Amino acid sequence: MSNVLVIAELHEGKVRKSTHSAITFARQVTQGGGSFAILVLGASAKAAATEVTAYGASKVLACEDGSLANYVCERFAPTVAATAKAGGFDTVVVTASSFGKDLAPRVAAKLGAGYASDINQVKVDGAKRVYRRPVFAGNALSHCEIATAIHVVSVRQTEFAPAEPSGGDSPVEAVALAAADGAASRVEFLALELGKSERPDLGEAKMIVSGGRALKEQFSAVLDPLANLLGAAVGASRAACDAGYAPSELQVGQTGRVVAPLLYVAIGISGAIQHLAGMKSSKTIVAINKDPEAPIFQVADYGLVEDLFKAVPELVAELRN
Amino acid sequence: MKILVPLKRVADPDNANKIKVTAGKIETTGLEWKPNPFDEYAVETALRLTEDAATPKARKGEVVVVSFGPKEVDTTLRSALATGADKAIRIDTTDDAIDGDLLARALKALVEKEKPDLVLLGKQQVEGDSNQVGQLLAEYLGWPQATFAGSIVSEADKSLVVSREVDGGSLKVRVTLPAVVSVDLRIVNPKGVQSVFTKAGHNYPEGVRFAALMAIMAAKKKPLTEVKLADLVSDPTLKVKTGAAELPPSRKAGIKVKTVQELVAKLKTEAKVL
Ligand SMILES: Cc1cc2nc3c(=O)[nH]c(=O)nc-3n(C[C@H](O)[C@H](O)[C@H](O)COP(=O)(O)OP(=O)(O)OC[C@H]3O[C@@H](n4cnc5c(N)ncnc54)[C@H](O)[C@@H]3O)c2cc1C
Ligand SMILES: Nc1ncnc2c1ncn2[C@@H]1O[C@H](COP(=O)(O)O)[C@@H](O)[C@H]1O
Repeated sequence: MSNVLVIAELHEGKVRKSTHSAITFARQVTQGGGSFAILVLGASAKAAATEVTAYGASKVLACEDGSLANYVCERFAPTVAATAKAGGFDTVVVTASSFGKDLAPRVAAKLGAGYASDINQVKVDGAKRVYRRPVFAGNALSHCEIATAIHVVSVRQTEFAPAEPSGGDSPVEAVALAAADGAASRVEFLALELGKSERPDLGEAKMIVSGGRALKEQFSAVLDPLANLLGAAVGASRAACDAGYAPSELQVGQTGRVVAPLLYVAIGISGAIQHLAGMKSSKTIVAINKDPEAPIFQVADYGLVEDLFKAVPELVAELRN
Repeated sequence: MKILVPLKRVADPDNANKIKVTAGKIETTGLEWKPNPFDEYAVETALRLTEDAATPKARKGEVVVVSFGPKEVDTTLRSALATGADKAIRIDTTDDAIDGDLLARALKALVEKEKPDLVLLGKQQVEGDSNQVGQLLAEYLGWPQATFAGSIVSEADKSLVVSREVDGGSLKVRVTLPAVVSVDLRIVNPKGVQSVFTKAGHNYPEGVRFAALMAIMAAKKKPLTEVKLADLVSDPTLKVKTGAAELPPSRKAGIKVKTVQELVAKLKTEAKVL
């Protein structure tokens, strides 16, 4: 019997889709019994809470306070930990977004709980729960168990498919704001600067067109027509970001976004281990590279050995037909 | 400013696809030891914060590097000393005996002894990819945390404006020292770090600095002390028990297409994604 607390992530007052992956985890571990609640924290948490009342949670907890308008870990973590304790939750789960990865360990430390980060599978075996996580940039999978009474977990968005509404109408309850950490007085939020794009978010896109260093200054000129045609998100390798051809928030890989779209088109990307770590689980991978030996071809379902400046416009023309 | 930099050695990350798993254990035999890339960036960041880039030899502060591991880890620490760190500490233990939580508790004890103004570390070590030590340590110390730093501007050596790399963009905060900051890739860009000593607008070379031969010789004389893990933490219990490992399923080998037309046809009829 598990009692799971899902932490929702808000953006501009709305629940981020990434949250639905944490809900999927909660459903999985409570399948054999138990229940889960969803905690929403923010300046407009009560309104946002109504977005997740149809997912089968026993209740949706809303902590609404102006001090939570912008994410500061030292303000969020105390309320998460206090809510987990007060509600007798045995598991706290968050999606392994940059928000989740920043927040979860601090919560774990407050609860004296063990933390398993970025898990891509959970197996429930009676009272025992085995978590599986990618290690060595996804070149091995490691299993672990948490030895403390409370577990804190962050889940990979790509392997926990977003939960769909399951009907029902979970009651929304207000929860009190816990006092911020003393350290909160030494953190001042200054600005959140997000890349502006009309395209789908990398974490949610069904298709991604991704470019490497080879694209040079023509990164957008070459990739945009293809991405527009497919309705795809645009990704990039680290080398393309570092060189300034693409904004850094587009980076896919071990230290960028981890993605698993239905179609990933890698264009002028060599396929370094750190890049593969972020896209290897894509359903179908296409690689366009002029070097037949490029490692990207080892993971590509369809490889085209060709100069990208010739192949991509051709591809756009062919798709238009 | 006194900065403590935790530094782990890892099996060559560029060849991590060559690791083997035997009876559930990950084997990195044959792979060279390298400093964890993010920790190398943290050392570079610490050096940039404690110098005037015009006169990097006159360090204006102190950089202490610390690693948890067996005797061989001394090599990694010595190379950090050669690039400019002032002193090194090795906590004698093995990777199997520690987890992120124990490490953070031990670091807390070390911080209380060394009294740095800043703990600067990598956002993750690329073996376990666990991304937690900095955050745990910050909580144990009751200090502010600024994770995934892509740029740092030091203000009067008392506060830092940190641009954090978050999904979709960056989040800027000001933290007042003492604090814990974990660094991301872009911190070693030419303008990633601005100390109070270096004149504004200075461009560093891309990446981390290398040690000159003279410095490598000199580093042999810099202090490197060994501390027993038990002297820092009385309770070595691990909160997470690591079990067996396995190799991930490999993707089935794909095919090469000859033309764009063939590619589109395959995507439509075979993969059915268009
Ligand atoms: C700690 C660490 C973390 C990292 N994290 C990431 C990460 O998250 N994501 C990431 O991507 N990288 C990451 N990297 C960097 C990674 O190791 C590689 O350096 C990077 O992925 C290379 O990018 P690239 O493939 O675009 O460039 P390159 O390796 O330079 O490859 C360019 C490719 O384009 C091909 N090409 C050139 N011209 C043409 C043309 N006209 N037509 C067709 N093909 C052409 C070439 O054959 C080559 O294969 C990380 C590295 C470190 C150390
Ligand atoms: N064995 C170790 N010795 C020193 N520092 C470490 C060790 N393991 C982890 N760290 C530090 O903690 C950071 C985050 O690691 P992790 O949370 O394990 O991914 C690393 O980048 C290092 O700075």
